[in-house]
Amino acid sequence: MNDEHKPCACEPKKPDRRGFMLWVGFALNGLAGAMIGIPLLGYVLSAFFKPNPLEWISLGPVDQFPEGQTRFASYENPNHREWDGDTAHIPCWVRRIRDNDFQVFAINCTHLGCPVRWFEESKLFMCPCHGGAFYQDGGHAAGPPPRGLYTYELKVENDTLWIKGGSLPNLSNPNI
Amino acid sequence: MNKLLQIAQGVFLWVDDRLHIAKIYESTAGHHVPKSSGSWFYVFGSATLLCFMIQLATGILLALVYVPSAAEAYTTLEYLTFQQPLGWFLRAVHFWGSNFMVGIMMLHMTQVFLFGAYKYPREITWLTGLVLMVLTLGLAFTGQVMRFDEDAYWGLGIGAAIMGRVPFIGGQLVNMMLGGPIIASETLSRFFALHVFVLPGSVIALVSIHLRMVLTKGINEYPQPGMLVRKETYDKEYAAILKKEGVPFFPKAISKDLIAASVVIFGILACALVFGPKGPTGPPDPVQIDTLPRPDFFFLWIFAIAALMPDWMETPALLGGPVIIGAILVALPFFNGTGEKSWRRRPVAVMTVILTYVALGVLTYLGQTSPWSPDMGAWKGADTPPEFVKGRSPLELQGLLVVQSMQCRNCHAIDGIGGHRGPDLSDVGMRLTDAQLVRQVIQGGGNMPAYGKNLSPAQVDAVVAYMVTLRPEGVTPARDSSQPGRPPME
Repeated sequence: MNDEHKPCACEPKKPDRRGFMLWVGFALNGLAGAMIGIPLLGYVLSAFFKPNPLEWISLGPVDQFPEGQTRFASYENPNHREWDGDTAHIPCWVRRIRDNDFQVFAINCTHLGCPVRWFEESKLFMCPCHGGAFYQDGGHAAGPPPRGLYTYELKVENDTLWIKGGSLPNLSNPNI
Repeated sequence: MNKLLQIAQGVFLWVDDRLHIAKIYESTAGHHVPKSSGSWFYVFGSATLLCFMIQLATGILLALVYVPSAAEAYTTLEYLTFQQPLGWFLRAVHFWGSNFMVGIMMLHMTQVFLFGAYKYPREITWLTGLVLMVLTLGLAFTGQVMRFDEDAYWGLGIGAAIMGRVPFIGGQLVNMMLGGPIIASETLSRFFALHVFVLPGSVIALVSIHLRMVLTKGINEYPQPGMLVRKETYDKEYAAILKKEGVPFFPKAISKDLIAASVVIFGILACALVFGPKGPTGPPDPVQIDTLPRPDFFFLWIFAIAALMPDWMETPALLGGPVIIGAILVALPFFNGTGEKSWRRRPVAVMTVILTYVALGVLTYLGQTSPWSPDMGAWKGADTPPEFVKGRSPLELQGLLVVQSMQCRNCHAIDGIGGHRGPDLSDVGMRLTDAQLVRQVIQGGGNMPAYGKNLSPAQVDAVVAYMVTLRPEGVTPARDSSQPGRPPME
């Protein structure tokens, strides 16, 4: 039934100019596509590969944090852009145990990132989303959070409290 | 008059000769469909598409004013809502349009499932529909980020926290999602690009394939119980149906779609006029932590699941759940592609739908009421009804003060007033003995923090003395049956 096609199939294959041009066309476009596409992918994926740039940030003189208490503090995201607006202000909880012994906690609940609130009387952090609770040392007290609060790396220099920050902590990347 | 008609006909023929309108009509709007498909059950697909077109129109108009910058988005939203003439109306229609779109899409999918329309030969129609569902939910989620307020900010935080649970590359995925290591301007910009370019563009492309499949493979005939789908015979049977009772979709089968379309538009209008636009709530200022982040209506069930699952199950379920559900939905037309179509003979399908809706409904209700969230202000503001104060000794009253000032009420209600995370304390003296109460207060457990370090022994005594009195009139305090001789502490 395919009789009319048979003669073509029997002909010896010889380099066909049109076929060659087609392949050249494919190859050139593949090359051009890669030259455009790879930079585009690089642009999009740069956020994927860029390491988190953590920087030392001053939270101010240690005197403003009374011993034995936990206080609200905020700082400006060290990598903020001019057009970040309010989102450049990052809150945190500062606990001064005694002298230069501090703990600074991320505001984000370790369950799903909602902002935890401190209750001085019961010495608990409570989360408004799913009811996670943490003790004053950041340890898990109750509810669904899988771990204690995220803590900042910190140092005290010249009576100033410094923390290392600049990223949103999460379970894969608990360093802030 | 006759001459005029002749001219008109001539013009039409000339235009048709160039544009082939009659031919296009025959193969699109005028294509033949089974008469039985002109049913009220078949209106949801076109209604979903209608919602999408309303979203496109209102979205483009909103973009005329909205500025997708973290510093300015909130200001422009307020401007849109309160100052731009009819801005509130556009925002309301866009918001309610999105709710209608998600809701009607769900009805459409349910109908397709119950009527077996995903079976041979309409597998690709079903698969493109699934992609459209994901795109629609993506539009809904990115849309609530566009309303760049405190809910949007913390909603992004929740999204990032879920991403961060992905093993190995979680951290990088978070950065990818946020456009950097933290929620900031790049986050809003990329969600804007998704919401305004990528997702709607993909929807248009997918809808084209989806509709193309309706034309090539035909709309599902109204299934009759007992009419089984066989790959060998179905195409011939469908052709026979078309031959016997096929009618052009336009104008013979479209009337119910048209009426449904107007109902949808009236519905969106009514909601927009009565309820108005949503938010914006407070500004996206992370320092304002006095906030109760809640997702939009259609994601409340996920919010509820995140609160109710056992801890160990959470990461596998949050990450694996969508994959498993997706895999089942994708595989459905392949493992169940033939056989009975009518829901009257598919009890498992009917049960699946009922269970899904009941689960979604209950979870959404729970998400709305969020009984698991502490009431952050209860310790300051919650009343204690007189019968829970009257006749108490000084020690017991002191216990009440401790209960109040130690934020117990944030999680524990008394007479229904206060948080509902833990049990209501109104009758706790009937359920727990004094010894059990002491242990529970000091050691916590069962989702309660341990208060041992924060309460002095005297305070614990006072709290327990008060709680033993919390029981209905005439009921004796709970007693330890292993020590029947020991009198209660009271």
